[in-house]
Amino acid sequence: MDPLSWGEIIVRIFAQFTPVWIALIVTFVASIYYKSYLGLYGKIFDSMIGMFGFGLVMFWVYTAFFTGVFDLIVTHDEFTQVSGMKNKAPGTPLRGAGEGDYAYYLLGGDNLARDVFSRMVKGSTIVIAISPLATMFAFMVGITLGLPAGYYGGKLDTILSFLANLILAFPVILLFYLLVTPEIVATGIPSYMATVLFSFPLIFILILLDSKYGIRPGLRWPLLGSVFFVGFIIYASLISEAGRGTLVDIWPNWLDLFNIDAGVLVVFVSVVFVNSPTVFRIVRGLTLDIKTRDYVAAAQTRGETPWYIMLWEILPNARGPLIVDFCLRIGYTIILLGTLGFFGLGLESESPDWGTSINQGRRLIAAYIHPLIPPAISLLTLVLGLNLLADGLREESLKD
Amino acid sequence: MGSFILRRLGIMLLTALCLTFVVFFLTNLYPNLEKLAKTQGNFRMSEEQVASYLNNRGYGQNTFVKYGEWLGVLPGYVITGSDGETRARCARKGASVEDASTYCGVLQGDWGFSTVSKENVGGILLKRLSLTGFLMVWAILITVPVALLLGVVAGMREGSKTDRSLSTFSIITSATPEYVSGVVLIAAFGTSALGMKWFSGSAASAMNNATLNNFLLPVLTIALFNIGYIGRMTRASMAEVMTAQYIRTARLKGVSFGGIVIKHALRNALIAPFTVIILQIPYLLTGVVITETLFNYKGLGWQLVQAAGNNDIEMLLGVSVVSVIIVLVTQLISDIGYVKLNPRINIS
Repeated sequence: MDPLSWGEIIVRIFAQFTPVWIALIVTFVASIYYKSYLGLYGKIFDSMIGMFGFGLVMFWVYTAFFTGVFDLIVTHDEFTQVSGMKNKAPGTPLRGAGEGDYAYYLLGGDNLARDVFSRMVKGSTIVIAISPLATMFAFMVGITLGLPAGYYGGKLDTILSFLANLILAFPVILLFYLLVTPEIVATGIPSYMATVLFSFPLIFILILLDSKYGIRPGLRWPLLGSVFFVGFIIYASLISEAGRGTLVDIWPNWLDLFNIDAGVLVVFVSVVFVNSPTVFRIVRGLTLDIKTRDYVAAAQTRGETPWYIMLWEILPNARGPLIVDFCLRIGYTIILLGTLGFFGLGLESESPDWGTSINQGRRLIAAYIHPLIPPAISLLTLVLGLNLLADGLREESLKD
Repeated sequence: MGSFILRRLGIMLLTALCLTFVVFFLTNLYPNLEKLAKTQGNFRMSEEQVASYLNNRGYGQNTFVKYGEWLGVLPGYVITGSDGETRARCARKGASVEDASTYCGVLQGDWGFSTVSKENVGGILLKRLSLTGFLMVWAILITVPVALLLGVVAGMREGSKTDRSLSTFSIITSATPEYVSGVVLIAAFGTSALGMKWFSGSAASAMNNATLNNFLLPVLTIALFNIGYIGRMTRASMAEVMTAQYIRTARLKGVSFGGIVIKHALRNALIAPFTVIILQIPYLLTGVVITETLFNYKGLGWQLVQAAGNNDIEMLLGVSVVSVIIVLVTQLISDIGYVKLNPRINIS
């Protein structure tokens, strides 16, 4: 078989993404049709920039979804090495392709003779799975600490702000090198950090519910108890795998619902740790501003508890800037993940995520650039999409 | 103003102490020391041998004591080891124990000894710092004027075609981390893949003799990301100032558009970008680490990666302290500069 021309490669890649195109078209048509009922989400479709950014983001979200759940889009296994395909140019026919194999390496082979296209697509699942979740955790930590710091002020604020500035003064790379090396992982410090950091979402949800429903005597304890029960099992399952062999190794195996790979967890922890101080500062600043408003004074006069005021009066009114920052921060988290991969920290060296692929590709950059460009462009488009989406949201939310 | 600076300096000192202690603690954790003992001694050492090796060389002391010694506020150890030999912290490189000074830490200018390159950390740091400084100065020299011009031009007529295209440019560059832009730049202009091998893809030779050929790509890699970021900040600030009442007043009084921009808008519009630029320097450090690794330019960032990879504890400590100090000093400058530039802020 002859190698494919560039035109054929593009057509084939386009065809490979068919499910994504269908999902995108359905999403856009439905959203634009119903946009007046959809609140802030619908407003994205009023601005060209927001719509374009949303499209880019959803492209990767759907790609990750169809690849991760249904194993569509990918043409080959991302780890399989096919002899004779090492560093082959895009469009090279697969050597010794059997029945049912996809006959080409669409974007060529990398230095270990794996399919670059499949690795790029598979890499999106890792990025899409980790970064929004890590950002969400960082927000929970930042909100849980930032609200009281801004609302109460005083000593609490001084101490928390000092700690936040302390972490912020660390160059990020240095922090990664100090936290994610195998020696430090062996001491269990990341697992202790996971134990502390991952407890914040649970605490946050409990306080959130208690401040609103705690005044109803019949509802309080059943509600809090059941939420705590479910939340704690998830929390314990989350930290148990990385905590094996350390002081937090108390959770029995039969209660362990799911296992998160220890390497991924360490990456997750360090990304949350780096992001939370910035979120803390934003939330604190917003709280300082909003607590002088009349509706807060009204709630205080009504005799509401401080946490009710913070979580049900101040937080909803701070949502605009927080949502915008959330989009930007997911992008930043993706960049951080890529940085970790680029330095070969945390994730396994054969992991298909984009940072690791870029790191492996750059070693042979003088000879072959085709394994390098797809992950680089993917990362760029996803971050760009998130930035554009944030811009669109900011513009639209400023309008009213 | 004086007491403000003094208070900031105090907080800065406290922060520096805390941070260096954290770094010290993390680099001196037992698994790191064990690895050090095995690479310095031999790889087949037993548990006891590792422990006695470390104890003989003062690594077995309490972390706070070790930190005090490293800092130079506690006298350096003098230990007669289990092998009968007397070692002192301050008598390195074969000097006799009796002649050694009592204190030898960072405060006395002794940054320790690199176990990898077998040289004094202080000397290496100075060399690396000057190389990184050179790279950063060039990056800033390109970034700041371009970013400010881009932001001002885009922000003075918000929503115009120029604004749209310049904003698109800055949003794309600020979404491109250095390891992506660097790789794309090398692929496009540093290899013959696209037939445009105009520059060198490595900056190793730029350390002695920086030319356009070997130095432009690394500088551009760092600059691009920051141009986008600072440009966006400047644009936002400029656009905000241009809608202010006093600008409209000046316009109605018949001042020309150029006059308004230069005389009335610029000073107010540049307050926010100033702090952004100064505060961007710590982030520049991260970019510098990536760029130096990518282009094989042996500056501070490259040294950080090497020291961390080779478990070169005192080197890593030295690099960390330098980068922490850079961050803290830039924060201080930005605080003071902000107050100086903005007469509306009264700190007393």
